[in-house]
Amino acid sequence: MFICHCGINIGGVVNVPEVVKYAMTLPNVIYSEDNLYTCSSEGLSKIKEGIGKYNLNRIIVASCTPRTHEPLFRATCEEAGVNKYLFEMANIRDQCSWAHMHEPEKATEKAKDLIRMAVAKARLLKPQEEPEIEVAPSALVIGGGISGMTSALCLADQGFKVYLVEKEPELGGMLRHIHKLYPTMVDASEGLNKIVEAVKPNKNIEVWTSTVVKEVKGFIGNFDISFQKGNGETVNLRVGTIIVATGAEVFEPVGMYGYKKYDNVITQFKLEQLLKGGQLEKPERVVMIQCTGAREEKGRTYCSRICCMTALKNALLVKELYPETDVYILFRDLQTYGREYEEWHRMAQDRGVKFIKYALEKPPEVVAGHDGKLTVDVYHALLGERVQIESDLLVLSTPLVQHEDAKELSQMLKVPLGPDGFFFEAHVKLRPIDFATDGIYVCGTAHSPKDTAESVSQALGVASRAAIPMAVKRLRTEAITAMVDESLCSGCGTCVRICPYGAIEKDEKGVAKVTAVVCKGCGTCGASCPEKAISMRHFTDEQVIAQALAALGRAVA
Amino acid sequence: MTFEPRIVGFLCNWCAYAGADLAGVSRIAYPTNIRIVRLMCSGRVDPVFVLETLTNGADGVFVMGCHPADCHYIEGNLQAERKIKMLKKLIARTGLEPERLRLEWVSASEGGRFAELVKEFTDQIKALGPSPLAGEKPDPNILGDLLAAKATAGDFRLRVLVGREKGMIDDGNVYGEAVSQEEFDEVMDEAIAAEYVRNKIYFMVKKEPLSVKELSKRLDLDPRTVLRHIVVMRQRGWVAVDRIEGTSPLYTALEVGR
Repeated sequence: MFICHCGINIGGVVNVPEVVKYAMTLPNVIYSEDNLYTCSSEGLSKIKEGIGKYNLNRIIVASCTPRTHEPLFRATCEEAGVNKYLFEMANIRDQCSWAHMHEPEKATEKAKDLIRMAVAKARLLKPQEEPEIEVAPSALVIGGGISGMTSALCLADQGFKVYLVEKEPELGGMLRHIHKLYPTMVDASEGLNKIVEAVKPNKNIEVWTSTVVKEVKGFIGNFDISFQKGNGETVNLRVGTIIVATGAEVFEPVGMYGYKKYDNVITQFKLEQLLKGGQLEKPERVVMIQCTGAREEKGRTYCSRICCMTALKNALLVKELYPETDVYILFRDLQTYGREYEEWHRMAQDRGVKFIKYALEKPPEVVAGHDGKLTVDVYHALLGERVQIESDLLVLSTPLVQHEDAKELSQMLKVPLGPDGFFFEAHVKLRPIDFATDGIYVCGTAHSPKDTAESVSQALGVASRAAIPMAVKRLRTEAITAMVDESLCSGCGTCVRICPYGAIEKDEKGVAKVTAVVCKGCGTCGASCPEKAISMRHFTDEQVIAQALAALGRAVA
Repeated sequence: MTFEPRIVGFLCNWCAYAGADLAGVSRIAYPTNIRIVRLMCSGRVDPVFVLETLTNGADGVFVMGCHPADCHYIEGNLQAERKIKMLKKLIARTGLEPERLRLEWVSASEGGRFAELVKEFTDQIKALGPSPLAGEKPDPNILGDLLAAKATAGDFRLRVLVGREKGMIDDGNVYGEAVSQEEFDEVMDEAIAAEYVRNKIYFMVKKEPLSVKELSKRLDLDPRTVLRHIVVMRQRGWVAVDRIEGTSPLYTALEVGR
């Protein structure tokens, strides 16, 4: 037992000598001393000395928080030949002397309790090992659009083998159908072709088109994948990491605003293709309706992010092609975020594109007039009255949505889809392109609607993330994992369902089996197991209960 | 001497425990009464841990985890939430106040919130007074209640229900049928009530063989209800007939390995 004064941080409040004496009265404690700073090199050598002199097999430091100092003390124990999981800490500074500096007596009593709790746990600690695994230096990229190809190239350039799988017969994804890219107005095909031409001859990239993933097994460093090729042939291989770059598709607004009923009601995506193919005949008046099937109260509640800019871009292209054509954009909120896009809004206004704001509660109505003309009846939220616009081309800006088959892939990979159907990252702010499952990453519109530049940024990001374990080659995984007592397991499958990492499966005997290297050690399975057949290493039921009861001055019955 | 509650905290490592550290780093004072047990995730909190702690005389148990959507392990905190909800309903059936148990979310940056919550909870427990199970002479009736509650929380049925609650409501049951929260709560409430009574009966007949009539008197329950429970308990192998007195069988507890 090493009790730290932390200068005056602890010693100025807690009566450390009294606590040292108290510690000696606790069961199994054979040595107790105080240090001015246990974390100093002098303090650390005291720990090593104590281990040697008293043959200590459990070590407790009562000082600051394990969140900052546990690694240091654990390393010291290891240097002295004691497994680092036989070390325990009592937090008598951050959670005691600092918070209770005006109540020194009570703080001293609390410090004693915290130490008694640490002893109660330490007595039951077991040595643990952190399994080491090898990482195959190869990646699977699912999806051959701009995102998938970009990350494949980036990984290939770093010397890793990449398998690039595309379900369509050719590479390119969504960009193959796009006309021009804002804000540069270059042809989408120009940028795309460059990348396709770089991918195809690359020695490190194996491209399989018309191919789908059929089965995924294993874990980071060791994923075993089965594919089905277009010709029906099945291929198996092992990769170290997986990148999901499956993209998205455009929502088909069947039944909305006369879509599929009138020929001159089309999606923004279709207009894009007409412009690309030079097939757009001169319309008298184009009306675009934004947020068609997006930002709804239920269902597709999200903003599709790209539609405002796409509408502005195409409105300007129509104006350029046919200056006399009227273009109206009916919007709910125009979201031209960022460095360059607001400029486009102004440019469109300057060139005569007309903007009308409508409300979600009062969407525009479309009635077919005569001579193939449509009348769009819209409540003008700013004028406060209804306005009728006659139009011969109605363009619906619809959101990007997830592919139907994404669910199947998410189950295969054991990674989640969010409520909007898009792949769901590990943390929205801090781990935006990782999945919670190690070794699997997501980029591009598979994750959420985004434009080309944003997709490319993410694609480069995932290549960097995936390269880390492949460059390191060997990984140490968590020692704090779940363990199943097979004799108690009834095979009910509660843990299999509850595990957020897919780390538990039923084996051939029908009992739960934990893949330790996939388990992250949260312990939810253990707390939920109906047969109490699961416990957690380093946080066993016995250890936790002993620690809690020690707080009450009681021992386990 | 003024009453100083003994409060045991079960805090997740990543958010709540870090929030508690931050309170100290920021020198925010709060009552000294809480003793914290660090876990990796609030999802690790087994209902049995809480009941064991209360049985042993804790005046309060405070579980803290990450805010929803912030959980280091995706949704361990939401699993904890289901467990605490069940526990509060279960404790409400015992002689102990369910207010002695509380769950809150505290992020790593909320040192102030942590201190505020601990103060609030400590005051709340002070207002409730000492736990009837604290000290040298715990209330024997309430102790009996808690033993039954602990066994209930350790039994298969409630654990399966709690473990599957989130999945059943989010994804439907094994037949893919959607289950609403209301429907689920109804099943859960019925299960808590039934299983708690069965465990009460179990511990009563463990002490001494008793008849249905005597049990119904002690539990203040309709004899037919008690008999129905006895039938289930016999099927499960929890109780057997000890002997017949007059015309009524007296039941006794069998060893069920808990």
